[in-house]
Amino acid sequence: MEGSVLPDQARGESGAVAGDFDAHAYRADFPVLGETMHGKPLVFLDTAASAQKPQAVIDAVNGAYGSGYANIHRGIYKLSQDATDAYEAARDAVRELLNAAEREEIVFVRGATEGINLVAQSWGRTFLAPGDQIVLTEIEHHSNIVPWQLLRDQIGVEIKVAPVDDSGQVDLDAFTALLGPKTKLVAMPHVSNSIGTVLPVETMIALAHDAGAKVLIDGCQAVPHQPVDVRALDADFYVFSAHKLYGPTGIGALYAKRALLEAMPPYHGGGDMIATVTFEKTTWNDLPYKFEAGTPHIAGGIGFKAAIDYVQAIGLDRIEAHVDALRRYGEQRLAGINSIRQIGTAEARAGILSFVMEGTHPHDVGTILDRAGVAVRCGHHCAQPTMDRFGVPGTVRASFGLYNTEQDVDALVDGLAKVAEIFG
Amino acid sequence: MTNTTPFTLDGMSWDDVVETFDLMDDWEDRYRFIIDLGRKLPALPDDAYDDAHKVRGCQSQVWMLFDRTDGDRIDIRGDSDAHIVKGLIALLLLIYSGRSAAEIRATDARNQFQALDLEGHLSAQRANGLFAMVQRINDTAAAQPAN
Repeated sequence: MEGSVLPDQARGESGAVAGDFDAHAYRADFPVLGETMHGKPLVFLDTAASAQKPQAVIDAVNGAYGSGYANIHRGIYKLSQDATDAYEAARDAVRELLNAAEREEIVFVRGATEGINLVAQSWGRTFLAPGDQIVLTEIEHHSNIVPWQLLRDQIGVEIKVAPVDDSGQVDLDAFTALLGPKTKLVAMPHVSNSIGTVLPVETMIALAHDAGAKVLIDGCQAVPHQPVDVRALDADFYVFSAHKLYGPTGIGALYAKRALLEAMPPYHGGGDMIATVTFEKTTWNDLPYKFEAGTPHIAGGIGFKAAIDYVQAIGLDRIEAHVDALRRYGEQRLAGINSIRQIGTAEARAGILSFVMEGTHPHDVGTILDRAGVAVRCGHHCAQPTMDRFGVPGTVRASFGLYNTEQDVDALVDGLAKVAEIFG
Repeated sequence: MTNTTPFTLDGMSWDDVVETFDLMDDWEDRYRFIIDLGRKLPALPDDAYDDAHKVRGCQSQVWMLFDRTDGDRIDIRGDSDAHIVKGLIALLLLIYSGRSAAEIRATDARNQFQALDLEGHLSAQRANGLFAMVQRINDTAAAQPAN
């Protein structure tokens, strides 16, 4: 996008170490971060729920409606064709982001949740049979549990759950033991949204493939903060949402290997997904349009591309190092508060800090932090089984984005000191 | 409030709470006060902590009990596993408990909370579930036969 506030390109391309990651400069790209909350400067630590948007994304969405808007794919006129090009450029951007082989393997969906439901209903209902098994992990988001339960209730598949150890990492032996001839699908997060564990997905995918199962990865928490290569991982399905990648809400992507998508029937019927329609018979459009019924989220797609361009310019490896450094700094600071117990202590973890504070409910902590201008997430994080596993009703979760700084961590710690004082 | 509610906490009525709040301009003091109010609420009987008494829509767990006493008065009890939410329940009890169904129906918690500058807690989307609790109170009152 012209005139967008992209970060220092030269620095972004250098792939420099976290040491010269200038989060303060990137902050300036995010208008919301200049706001206040209850009269205090906003300290935003809820990026794992939804990331803030840089001006480049806001401009792209505004531009999509303000100067280049028309329905896409069918218009003969220039305005429509330009909008189509802009929207389809997002598909190319996603393909490149994930290093998928072909743009036809990228299906736009409303978000990761819809992507998983699409796979469950289209692939699952077609290729699974009663008694087949789906293996999940104990640290799933509800979005990667409920679609499979719906499928179970429809066709009688079984759901098995791979346990995690006390650190919140998947127990690979137990996982392997669950795999067998009946296992047809393994569905798991790349990174846990509630406790930040980075799963050894490459190893787990290989193990699943050895057992003859397909693998779906929920990449919502991975794609925004680390390079992801679906071909290197050999993932069969990979889903993520744009809004967690600093992009618009209401759009996300499902990657699937071409052969799988070709064999799968459409999920929704309607416009755009057809080749020919008569009352007797309808034939399907080519990939990926077969799965994209109805007028798509045009402006969202255009904003999605702007978001991908934005993080690519900074460098996902650098963003990964930055959020990792913040998480480590946060852990160090939290270790100084006696009443805090961290939930999720696996060696491999992303930019997510989950904890409980003795004598308080996460809701209490969140309410006081809110008044102190600190936005964190409190509760079960749409992962109730994970909370059950660790015997807590919920946690306080601070999650980091590319715009967070050590000062944000300090503000969190100051806020927690206030909580301790109030409830002490 | 037009009537004097029979329900008090440590001798404190709703009007006393409003008065005390007026004297505090610091949000921390106000929350401390709310938390202290919550601590004054007695625990519910053990068997009340079940699904039937649970109020959905709260991030923390909330339980409410309703007893019809003294003709048409409705006594309300409540508890939560979160301190601040428990304090908000105490405020609701000061507004509603011990009143008749007709009085409850005629009372708008939003107006009351405005006096405490806390009405922001009452939107349907707020995670504290206060809205759901008020709804439960109103539903209970609505289910009582009119006099």
